[in-house]
Amino acid sequence: MTAISDTTTRQASSPYGEAARQALWAALLSFGLFFFFIGLESTQDISNRLILQSHWVTLAIVVALVALGRFLFIAFVIPAVDRRRANRAPIAVVDEKDQSFIRRHRFKIMIALLVLYPIFILSTAGLQGSLKWVNNFGVQVLIYVMLAWGLNIVVGLAGLLDLGYVAFYAVGAYAYALLGTEFGLSFWILLPAAGIMAAFWGIILGFPVLRLRGDYLAIVTLAFGEIIRLVLINWREVTNGSAGISGIPKITFFGLFDFNISSPDYILKVLPESIVTLFALRPSGAYYTIFLYYLILALAMLTAFVTIRLRRLPVGRAWEALREDEIACRSLGINTTNTKLTAFAIGAMFGGFAGAFFAARQGFINPESFVFLQSAIILAIVVLGGMGSLSGIAIAALVMIGGMEILREMQFLKIVFGQSFTPELYRMLLFGIAMVVVMVWKPRGFVGSREPTAYLKEARAVSSTFTKEGHG
Amino acid sequence: MQYFIQQLINGLTLGSIYGLIAIGYTMVYGIIGMINFAHGDIFMIGAFVALIVFLILSAMFYSVPVVVALLIMMVVAMIMTSLYNWTIEKVAYRPLRGSFRLAPLITAIGMSIALSNFVQVTQGPRNKPIPPLISDVYNVFGISISLKQIVIAVVTIVLLTVFWYLVNKTSLGRAQRACEQDRKMAALLGVDVDRTISITFIMGASLAAVAGTLFLMYYGVVAFSDGFVPGVKAFTAAVLGGIGSIPGAVLGGLLIGLIESLWSAYFSIDYKDVAAFSILAIVLIFLPSGLLGRPEVEKV
Amino acid sequence: MADTNLQTPILSVEHLSMKFGGLVAIGDLSFTAPRGEITALIGPNGAGKTTVFNCITGFYKPTEGMITMTRQSGEKFLLERLPDFQITAKAKVARTFQNIRLFSGMTVLENLLVAQHNALMRASGFTVLGLLGLKSYKDASRESIEKAVYWLEKANLIDRADDPAGDLSYGAQRRLEIARAMCTGPELLCLDEPAAGLNPKESLALNELLLGIRRDTGTSILLIEHDMAVVMEISDHVVVLEYGRKISDGTPASVRSDPKVIAAYLGVDDEEVTDALVEVGDDHILEEGDVAPPPALGPSETSSMFEGPIEDTVEEAGSETIVPASPAASKAAQVEAQTGATDPVKPKGPAQ
Repeated sequence: MTAISDTTTRQASSPYGEAARQALWAALLSFGLFFFFIGLESTQDISNRLILQSHWVTLAIVVALVALGRFLFIAFVIPAVDRRRANRAPIAVVDEKDQSFIRRHRFKIMIALLVLYPIFILSTAGLQGSLKWVNNFGVQVLIYVMLAWGLNIVVGLAGLLDLGYVAFYAVGAYAYALLGTEFGLSFWILLPAAGIMAAFWGIILGFPVLRLRGDYLAIVTLAFGEIIRLVLINWREVTNGSAGISGIPKITFFGLFDFNISSPDYILKVLPESIVTLFALRPSGAYYTIFLYYLILALAMLTAFVTIRLRRLPVGRAWEALREDEIACRSLGINTTNTKLTAFAIGAMFGGFAGAFFAARQGFINPESFVFLQSAIILAIVVLGGMGSLSGIAIAALVMIGGMEILREMQFLKIVFGQSFTPELYRMLLFGIAMVVVMVWKPRGFVGSREPTAYLKEARAVSSTFTKEGHG
Repeated sequence: MQYFIQQLINGLTLGSIYGLIAIGYTMVYGIIGMINFAHGDIFMIGAFVALIVFLILSAMFYSVPVVVALLIMMVVAMIMTSLYNWTIEKVAYRPLRGSFRLAPLITAIGMSIALSNFVQVTQGPRNKPIPPLISDVYNVFGISISLKQIVIAVVTIVLLTVFWYLVNKTSLGRAQRACEQDRKMAALLGVDVDRTISITFIMGASLAAVAGTLFLMYYGVVAFSDGFVPGVKAFTAAVLGGIGSIPGAVLGGLLIGLIESLWSAYFSIDYKDVAAFSILAIVLIFLPSGLLGRPEVEKV
Repeated sequence: MADTNLQTPILSVEHLSMKFGGLVAIGDLSFTAPRGEITALIGPNGAGKTTVFNCITGFYKPTEGMITMTRQSGEKFLLERLPDFQITAKAKVARTFQNIRLFSGMTVLENLLVAQHNALMRASGFTVLGLLGLKSYKDASRESIEKAVYWLEKANLIDRADDPAGDLSYGAQRRLEIARAMCTGPELLCLDEPAAGLNPKESLALNELLLGIRRDTGTSILLIEHDMAVVMEISDHVVVLEYGRKISDGTPASVRSDPKVIAAYLGVDDEEVTDALVEVGDDHILEEGDVAPPPALGPSETSSMFEGPIEDTVEEAGSETIVPASPAASKAAQVEAQTGATDPVKPKGPAQ
């Protein structure tokens, strides 16, 4: 069984023979793997009994595709990659100088693009057409960017593996939903409150797990996330159980105007008439969406700003030192207990902010939004981006979440695969495969190097071969 | 008292299934130090293969003795899950061996998402019920024991004995233990490390397949999402017992099963998982490396 | 005030015992480290030197005994009662590690800034003021960089300031670890085998660094060392351990000629003890004549150590193995029995 054996031993002289052999193995293996799952399908008949349905044609197509893919990979992709690798060294040096302007200003350019994004969409897709792109794509990606930046403090900087981060997201969301619906408090009061509550829960979780390391820490944080979710499901008197909380108040523009068409403070009623007529503004849900976009952009930028500042403060350096070597930290007089707790608390706080925003945006929340899968996705974004790197994480969120959202839009695939084809169904399958592929391709994530927080002469990025990933 | 013993038996039955899955987690952890998050989905795949084999058998033959049917289901499920786990290890985990610790964890989570959604896409999202295979129930001193529970107990005990023999008495087991201690040194001494790791994955998958078949027999239903909860419970069991320790995994599995059934019986069904997770957290606070795990000595 | 302080030893260890299960790593050890001096702790492998360090710096809590640190100000700290990080933060004891523990993914400069954590934490108003970007923190931050630069120059690492610590050569990493410990502003610096694995040139640079630290900052130094050249060259005071017990204590010259020390290092067999004694002669004779033992018997100059009979004790933690720590097992004790010395922990040498 050498179907997927190490490809470095292949003969460069005759790639086609080897490729054909490998393709045959791949075909056999995929036939074995898929026989029971693609070839046969268990479905219910009219009397609700399970029967088997065979899809031999589909099975044959899939096996053939796997074999073909394997053949092309061995025969063409690998030689091409090898050739490029051989030629790459001289090119890289030239690139360095050419890109220096873009490289130096990459953050400013990125922020400018993010600020201009809704305007661009508005001008191309119109008021109603832009809704989908700004909300599903922009807001959705930015929520994950913010969550991943928050988790990055715990995992990327302090090196503490947290598999239950979604719990803090849930705490923030429920804090806003409950306090907002019960007491009618404003979002702007509840946003900090949600953050503080999440931070408080971060410390509650932090205390018992201080002594735990590595995978023991991972399972306890996972358990904590599940406990929070199960309590939200079962504590029906307060959380309304699986039915969730609806009618969560929308966010107002700092109390100046709001986005409810029926309300007297509706944006178009408050704005001076001349502006409304000048731009021919019509009542639309898009204003709220665009407002939400800028709000989450501001929150995400706040997260980035605080993270960048904290890294240059003693507490941030202590986090990174903790990731590198906890014992050395203690030998330097650093209180590792407090350092870990602040990492948990501050990471959780940003999760809480994002949660409050999420609740306000959705208007309805239930425990289904806070399952383990969410924690896994956020953690995956942090690791795929390159732990500790804000820009890498933003790229990872864009690729993974944005890619998944775009897949929703691929209706043209129906023409290829027939009308019964629903691209949504394949979203998570492809997401999982993408996680595996990206990780195998770039184990250190998109941006593996680390920017130093202080320098004497010049700031040189630290290669990922030196940074550690923490034990806790 | 009868009620208590009844719950005890139910708990131990559930616990044996958790224990069988937990061994897969703990063995893989012991040998390559990674949490194989996809293991719960391997269990689910085992249950699905058993289901499909059952459907094939019932479609092809008018009647098959239950024992024979169960055996065929189990064996085919073991072969199929082994093939899956072997492939997964080769394409997704092997390239990352010796790399950065979180990379294989993320790959495994990705694999878990991919596997459960693969089954959802190919087999549909609905629950798959089968008619009861065994329905006999015996009454002993007012305690009802179903034949299903006896089958689970017998299969678990037989399997664990064989497994114990493999790990402790054969050269394969010795190679595994050597790799666990020091992979590089084992390789220098002529142990085929890649093969040993592959076999470890195959053994874990086989046990998960048996657990999957038993699960299908016991509950009579399976769905694509059934990998997650038993997977997390079994992982919890492995950690509770001390990850890396095989007796610990079995003990942890039995304990988690007992906690769940007793908590449901005496307190509240809703909070049974909360109880299991809370007890895990409490145990780890006092015994940071689980019940039977080797304490990690911090060398200064 | 200052005078009395100069006479009180900076560190005094009294009746220190540390047991791991059945294994006695340290048994009833007492010694003092004089203020402003370099004290060396030597002994064969497994003698419990690192365990003593771990007790002093709080990584282990001793089974019995008292460790008193007296700061320049006269403040006294019982180290066995302090949590490890406070031993550095409050009692001003800093340490390095046998297997270097740097923050390898951080730059050399950052390593030294992490060491100034507590001072910077106060200056940043426990993060709050620093987050707002106040000037007071910026000043403190600049000062911390100046302090780091001072130690980088001392350790001859100024050119590597912006390189990752993991990228340095072994000798440079050792010096960086010492510089990092000095950035915590210690009054007692504990060094665990600072010269291990260094080439002669690096070893020389290390000696200068240590002597410079003592001269310029008045920091007292306690070091574990296997390289006898380093010990003899720089230390003012030597304590010799074997099987967790003190077998000799005094100036380098007196310790080097102590037959118990020689026997402990050579690991002679029972019959050979007598032979060794005959060859070496009585310690009193050696002391009077101020003659060094023949090089064949004396501790080797470049010596990595002679193998001791048990492994490094730290790894045995929790094990049930009972290692006899009775004087009978000790080579030094055998010599002692034959030379008729009375008190195994009585310091020898001209200090008396």
